[in-house]
Amino acid sequence: MSDILEARSVTKAFGGLVAVDEVDFTIPEGAIVSLIGPNGAGKTTFFNVIAGLYKPTRGTVHFGGKVISGLPPHQITRYGIARTFQNIRLFQNMTAVENVMVGHHSRMTSSPFDAILRLPRERTEERETEVKARELLEYVGLKGRDGVTAKNLPYGDQRRLELARALAAEPKLLLLDEPTAGMDPNETARMTAFIRRLRDERGITVLLIEHDMKVVMGISERVTVLDHGTKIAEGTPTVVQRDERVIEAYLGRAASAAS
Amino acid sequence: MPCGGARIDLFLAAIVIGITNGAFIALIALGYTLVYGIIELINFSHGDLFMLGTFACLTTLTLLGFATEVGIGGTPWWALLAAMLLAMAFCGTLNVLAERIAYRPLRKAPRLAPLISAIGVSFIYVNLGLLWQGPTPRRFPDLLPQYDFVSQMFGLETLVRFTFKDLFVLGLAIPLMLALAWVIRNTRMGKAMRAVAQDSEMASQMGIDVNRVISFTFLLGGILAGAAGLMYGLYNNNTVFTLGFDAGLKAFTAAVLGGIGNVSGAALGGFVLGLLSAIVITFLGGQWDSVGVFSLLVIILVFKPTGLLGQGASD
Repeated sequence: MSDILEARSVTKAFGGLVAVDEVDFTIPEGAIVSLIGPNGAGKTTFFNVIAGLYKPTRGTVHFGGKVISGLPPHQITRYGIARTFQNIRLFQNMTAVENVMVGHHSRMTSSPFDAILRLPRERTEERETEVKARELLEYVGLKGRDGVTAKNLPYGDQRRLELARALAAEPKLLLLDEPTAGMDPNETARMTAFIRRLRDERGITVLLIEHDMKVVMGISERVTVLDHGTKIAEGTPTVVQRDERVIEAYLGRAASAAS
Repeated sequence: MPCGGARIDLFLAAIVIGITNGAFIALIALGYTLVYGIIELINFSHGDLFMLGTFACLTTLTLLGFATEVGIGGTPWWALLAAMLLAMAFCGTLNVLAERIAYRPLRKAPRLAPLISAIGVSFIYVNLGLLWQGPTPRRFPDLLPQYDFVSQMFGLETLVRFTFKDLFVLGLAIPLMLALAWVIRNTRMGKAMRAVAQDSEMASQMGIDVNRVISFTFLLGGILAGAAGLMYGLYNNNTVFTLGFDAGLKAFTAAVLGGIGNVSGAALGGFVLGLLSAIVITFLGGQWDSVGVFSLLVIILVFKPTGLLGQGASD
């Protein structure tokens, strides 16, 4: 399996604070890979570097053989990376279906002038986008909620809507930032199953960020552990779980000494 | 005629004037509110952009040979259309350039920096206007048919006048506003505008080219200012390089009144302000115009700080 994403010694510093320090990281195509670590380990920063919100201070990110670090975020989305956010960030005043349609923005080609002139091309595209958006809503389990304003959806549905919106960008790689945050064990199990289905049915490569180790162990083929901005362990879930440095990072020195 | 009857006459006359003036104010106010909605910048140069719009129309009409209305049979519609399209293109382009050169480099700077930059652009526009048409008020050719529907069509003898000019202004301004609302509501670019207005960082992660959307927003604002330029010129038959200050202040007030960042609010604010101003001028005299307008602003802001329709959101 070839690597769809390769980060080479990525460093991100904010002034004197080094949030991500010389991290090498790859994601094989078609895999479900997780990035874990305690609070403040630099997971979300690393994520934002991949998604293009931050430019790395040093190092490069390659996606599908092309260098993407330093490109504007919308360009990176166009190449095939989509994401969700740790704290749900939907377009609150738009309906569910409009949110998903915005997600499809990067795949649409008609210009504002096509729209103003009502060219058939624009109308067809708009209609197709809406059909696709409704299909995606159904796929994530929001059938019948199309016209509901995003802010009026219950929490779990908002998470699902965010996922549908990310899928609308037709990504090859999906970045999920704590997709089960705030969910009860049942919802968590359903979400985990859904993520696996995404990969199996649609062939989307998934990078998960998780705070909670238990969540990722079931579905990840490989787990990378960050602590204080550096990579401290990498491997299959079982290997990582037994790694002393990981236990120490999560539970503190005393715990690892005791075990 | 009994005094009461005359009063109602005057009142109705003021209403017609107010609605027509409200239409200009609304078109300019939309330019403030669109830009504020998307990058939270009060674009202080916008009133002066409108002034340059009237100049662009004047120059175009002069070059086409319609500098004076004397001896012209019928309205040269094609020339008016040409002047309007040119002024729209001119103001739209200028607004996009101003954003590119003067505001975009400051986007991540503290809020005050782009504001001061906008005031600088305003000075540039005013001086450009001064160089272009000189320091004295210029006559704008009176090219529209002189026709009053109330007296000439219905044969009523009142103070109320609804002339062809009023019809022209409303017949142009209202469709333009509806078109704007439609673009924002229904098109892909409109959705992108609403997305950027709410959270530009997230919008960029959805594959939206934020810079392009911002440029498009400035283009729309400029286009409306250019159209307002032609309407103002043909309605008032004069223009001067200082026109933008007053127009800009009133339009900005209208935008705040309606809830800055809110598109329907700006249109509503424009008409409310136009009406109030016309009624104050008719019954209290011109010197009370600004007093009335700004008192209303103060009252609204005290009791409803977000404006008539504002919720802090842009849609």
